[in-house]
Amino acid sequence: MKVIKKEELSNLIKSNQTLMIGGFMSIGIPETIVNYLSEMPIQDLTIITNDTGVLKNPVDEQIGVGKLLLHKKVQKVIASHIGMNAETGRQMIAKEIEVELIPQGTLAERIHAGGAGLGGILTPTGLGTIVQEGKEVITVDGQEYLLEKPLQADVALIKAHKADTYGNLVYHQAARNFNPVMALAAKTVIVEVDELIELGELNPEEVITPFIVVDKILVKED
Amino acid sequence: MSNQQLSTKEKIAKRVAKEFKDGDVVNLGIGMPTLVSNYIDPNISVFVQSENGVVGVSKASATEKSPNLVNAGGAPVGMIKGGVFIDSLTSFALIRGGHIDATVLGGLQVDQAGNLANWMVPGKMVPGMGGAMDLVAGTKKVIIAMEHVNKKGEAKILKECTLPLTAQGVVSMIITELAVFECANGQLTLTEISEDSHLEEIKAKTEATFVVSEKLHKHKGE
Repeated sequence: MKVIKKEELSNLIKSNQTLMIGGFMSIGIPETIVNYLSEMPIQDLTIITNDTGVLKNPVDEQIGVGKLLLHKKVQKVIASHIGMNAETGRQMIAKEIEVELIPQGTLAERIHAGGAGLGGILTPTGLGTIVQEGKEVITVDGQEYLLEKPLQADVALIKAHKADTYGNLVYHQAARNFNPVMALAAKTVIVEVDELIELGELNPEEVITPFIVVDKILVKED
Repeated sequence: MSNQQLSTKEKIAKRVAKEFKDGDVVNLGIGMPTLVSNYIDPNISVFVQSENGVVGVSKASATEKSPNLVNAGGAPVGMIKGGVFIDSLTSFALIRGGHIDATVLGGLQVDQAGNLANWMVPGKMVPGMGGAMDLVAGTKKVIIAMEHVNKKGEAKILKECTLPLTAQGVVSMIITELAVFECANGQLTLTEISEDSHLEEIKAKTEATFVVSEKLHKHKGE
């Protein structure tokens, strides 16, 4: 049975693991899971995510990955943008955490490579900038590209709109973002959904993420 | 609305909008570039792509707001009939793959070789590049929309950028409240002066070496 209660997350997620977390700013984030994680006795996580969310005031209304940072669960952030959450910048400057910034399209493709069995990708993005530092430049038909290596995770925490009991997923509007690609690139994929429906109720033409990559399903709590 | 009543940012946005042609697909950066959509000629169809996963962004409806329908800046938007939702991987395939006709981005510095710096100020501001590096690497036309000088009155159009680059030699055009420059083959050409400015002011506020176009004309922003 793939459907779990949030209390079972403590068996699935441990200190020092690398987690991918879906979402773009505050949209498409597995909020119930992240909130539970921020209360769990874990530490030194590496988080691969698009951004660290938007720092809200008061901070206890913080949603998304920022909450994990606030509760000091994170040792390293790999993201494309941290500018909307001043706490990430503060922890980075104070050397409490390490931050690796990656262009957003490169982040998506590195995760894709990690999930698609590719040895990396070649992209022109970042050529001639500090993103190039320490990376191999490969020339193909006279055009230079950076070799960007695959990203994988122990656990992907993603958000979808609906799942059937097998774990076929459909998304809602712009809340799709990084969720489908992250579902490919982790040993364990845990999805939070707004709604769980019966097998056969989803139109197979509409399914974005096929059930075979989804390991656990948790229904969102309000 | 006459130009006198417009703010500096609105003036820039209004001039940028004239660059779009019927059928163009464009990506508008966060902040001032987003204003450009207010000034697009209503007689043409321009499709706005937002990198968080929307193709066909329109103004937010006053009555039907959806929490998951936002642009890359997190602001509520609407969607045109025929618009679609995509994931981040597809979004950046469109961006990097040359399927977007124009991108409008802000700039901290641009230099006469078409180099752009717009993502970090070492020691002060490290928000991350987000999607900017991919947008400038893959979009057919890169329009930098920015105020001509910074808050301290210093030139932003330089002989050589001093801040970490977003990309090398990618800028097609710079549009400020005072002037329009085209950038090609490592050379900057002044093509327009705002009606309330003059060549001496442009020279005084621009550090870069530039050629004055034979076709130089004043634009009225109408």
